[in-house]
Amino acid sequence: MTPLGTDPAASPLLSVRDLAKRFEIHHLGRQVATFQAVDFDLDAGEFLMLGGANGTGKSTLLRTLYRSCRTDTGTAIYRSARGPIDLLRAADIDIAWLRRAEIGFVTQFLQARPRISAEDIVAEPLLQSGQDHKTAIGEARRWLDAFGLKPTLWPAYPSAFSGGEQQKVNLARALIRPRRLLFLDEPTASLDRLARRALVARLEELKRAGVAMIGVFHFPEDIQHLVDQQIILDADTPLADPVSQGDMADVAE
Amino acid sequence: MTALRDLVRPWQRYSYGFLDESAKRAVRRGLLKAIAIPGCQISYASREMPMARGWGTGGLQVSLTLVEPESVVKVIDQGADDGVNAANIRSFIARASGARTTTDTLEATLIQSRHRIPEERLTRNQLLVLQVPDPEPLRAVVPDISVARIMHADADYGLMWLKLYEQLVQAGRVTQSSSYPSLVNGRHIMSPSPIPRWDTPKLHQAENLTLLSAGREKRLYAVPPWTDVKPLEFSDVAFKVEDQTGRVCERTGATGQFMNEMPLLDGTSTFELSDAGFAEKLARRRAGEAVTIGPTYYVDGELQP
Amino acid sequence: MNAPMTGLAMMPDLEPPRLVDEEPAVVVSGLTKRYGDFTAVDQVGFTAFPGEVIGVVGESGSGKSTLLRLLNLEEQPQAGTYTLGIKSCAGVNLFTLGRFESRSTRVRHIGIVYQNPHLGLHMHHTSGGNVAERLLVAGERSFHALRRRARAALDASEFPMDRIDVPPLTLSGGMQQRVQLAKAIALEPDLLLLDEPTTGLDVSVQALVLDTLKRLQRDRRITMVIVSHDLGVIRTLADRVLVMRRGAVVEAGLTDQVLGDPQHPYTQQLVHAKL
Repeated sequence: MTPLGTDPAASPLLSVRDLAKRFEIHHLGRQVATFQAVDFDLDAGEFLMLGGANGTGKSTLLRTLYRSCRTDTGTAIYRSARGPIDLLRAADIDIAWLRRAEIGFVTQFLQARPRISAEDIVAEPLLQSGQDHKTAIGEARRWLDAFGLKPTLWPAYPSAFSGGEQQKVNLARALIRPRRLLFLDEPTASLDRLARRALVARLEELKRAGVAMIGVFHFPEDIQHLVDQQIILDADTPLADPVSQGDMADVAE
Repeated sequence: MTALRDLVRPWQRYSYGFLDESAKRAVRRGLLKAIAIPGCQISYASREMPMARGWGTGGLQVSLTLVEPESVVKVIDQGADDGVNAANIRSFIARASGARTTTDTLEATLIQSRHRIPEERLTRNQLLVLQVPDPEPLRAVVPDISVARIMHADADYGLMWLKLYEQLVQAGRVTQSSSYPSLVNGRHIMSPSPIPRWDTPKLHQAENLTLLSAGREKRLYAVPPWTDVKPLEFSDVAFKVEDQTGRVCERTGATGQFMNEMPLLDGTSTFELSDAGFAEKLARRRAGEAVTIGPTYYVDGELQP
Repeated sequence: MNAPMTGLAMMPDLEPPRLVDEEPAVVVSGLTKRYGDFTAVDQVGFTAFPGEVIGVVGESGSGKSTLLRLLNLEEQPQAGTYTLGIKSCAGVNLFTLGRFESRSTRVRHIGIVYQNPHLGLHMHHTSGGNVAERLLVAGERSFHALRRRARAALDASEFPMDRIDVPPLTLSGGMQQRVQLAKAIALEPDLLLLDEPTTGLDVSVQALVLDTLKRLQRDRRITMVIVSHDLGVIRTLADRVLVMRRGAVVEAGLTDQVLGDPQHPYTQQLVHAKL
């Protein structure tokens, strides 16, 4: 691994160099390229907006940094509280730990599980980090309320909810625990105005608290005032994303 | 030309003790192994006896192997010396060996028994041979005998305990009344033959050698002197012997020993000592005869240390 | 998991763990099991950390179940080492244990749920008794403690208490799996092995059993290895996945990565066959 400076504050939280991703589709015997030569540095509290036409690999880039995708090109040095590490090559167990402790991923899909109530789903990340049940449920309700989910729905099972309601549960769950780095994959899709405002308010709050964020937004106007940097991905390597939407739900965890 | 007399052997007496020497040697070998591994079932070549299997042929083969002209033999069936089967076995052993017979436990050196251990304490000079119909304590939980042998080898007795657990769950008490499974020398679970629970503690740290033999099943096992025999029990549900409180022997007036219940026509019962030889001695003493009564395992229903 | 990935446009090897300094709960390496000329498990290795769920996928005959039997110390491999991060046998290759220690390690530290409940349960004994037996084997001799602990384990498996004294034979498949699960977790094992635990159950019952497993994993942080050909089950439960083919691990990684961006041709085929 590249040696880095010893003062964490002196260097960026995430430093990405020469990042590219190709999908190798064996049964077609060909490779499909997406983004190439992506470079950026992201400091704590900074917001990076990813732009570009459909199919330029915006989601794939987030997923590559989150390690839902593997790549053989580039580096992505992330300064964890436990030390710097290359997200592209870190051991699976380290990535699993980062996902639990430091790096969050917010999608527009909720992975609803049978027989788990909305408030339990939202409280789960807090329970996993060792908080007691009462505090966790209290927090969960506060967040569900902030995103405008009716209290009558809190103890209900979200599998029966509308898309918008599910998304509120999903956001509450994804944002309930403090993270150092957040990936946002079109989190405002299918949200009503009230929930969108709550989301933006939460993102502002997180940004002030020093959380770094990388986001893909279908309607960027909502969060334009938060954006510090923008990267527009090229459209000259068009790609039909071979990863179906069904799989996208995976990264909601 | 071969005459018929060339083909037959001249008449010979039976070997001493009826069994031929090689059969006795095989039984002795089995017994040595059984004593070396207390409670472990040892296979042996159980022979045909002039008696149907299931009537004590296992015990008989051990008795005939060990009997000597100086032996004093007592044979009991369910505690009684005068049952037809017991009487026949006793006279057969006497005839085949020249040994003396008795009904007095104190006098006997070799006691063959079905389903009881005498009430008078056995000593180091006495041998107890128990007849065993079913030597396998795991049979009730594992029908496959090969599997049972592996379980013994592994000391894998969870199922045996489970059986007791489920008796407690379903009946509120352990319903096993005889052949109470017992752990011998901390290693093998043994069926102590169908003796009542009352008799099971008599095997623990006994002064005498106990040999158990199943003729039909061709298995031998043993409890050597001074060996631990612990009935399986839960730490909070103690093993209990049959309660004899309030039972008085009709013949002798004795109390606090194992009684047979004799139902009467009016629906009530009277009781009689199960150990007939012991009862006979008590009756004779009651009649004024000078009779030596040995120390008993139980006094007033309490097991003596 | 540094499993060999053959036949790939090679992804760079992953680095050893740097951020996580926990001792692994399970370390398996070079595990090989042959039956005659047939290699059922070929050089399989993986590491699991406490509380992790490792999924093993692959089609029938890929060696998944043999791997699980090896991990349950039911069979001896021709080669390989297997250690559990437990005090009593830290650093000891469990395959070198004698018969008694091996059995006692299996009873005390490893729990298993078989696809076929007949393999894991005494169908004619009571459900509570099946759980109690495990405790009895481990030396519990208090009847009331047995009763209490069996109840607790059945309760954690979300088994209805009013059926505690009913034999599994008369219960539904889903309930039988719950009894197996209760038995497997009764001694709070360091490793829980699950062999197709929901295969053969109705879809709705499947979801309930999965939910119970998920709950257990969350509440008790039991390290699990789950074998399934059902990618939905793996997706729901597993943190990381091993993809097995012809006895060998062809791909290993985080569940969402292996199922979402599979690298090996076989994994791609497997994932797309499901979708």
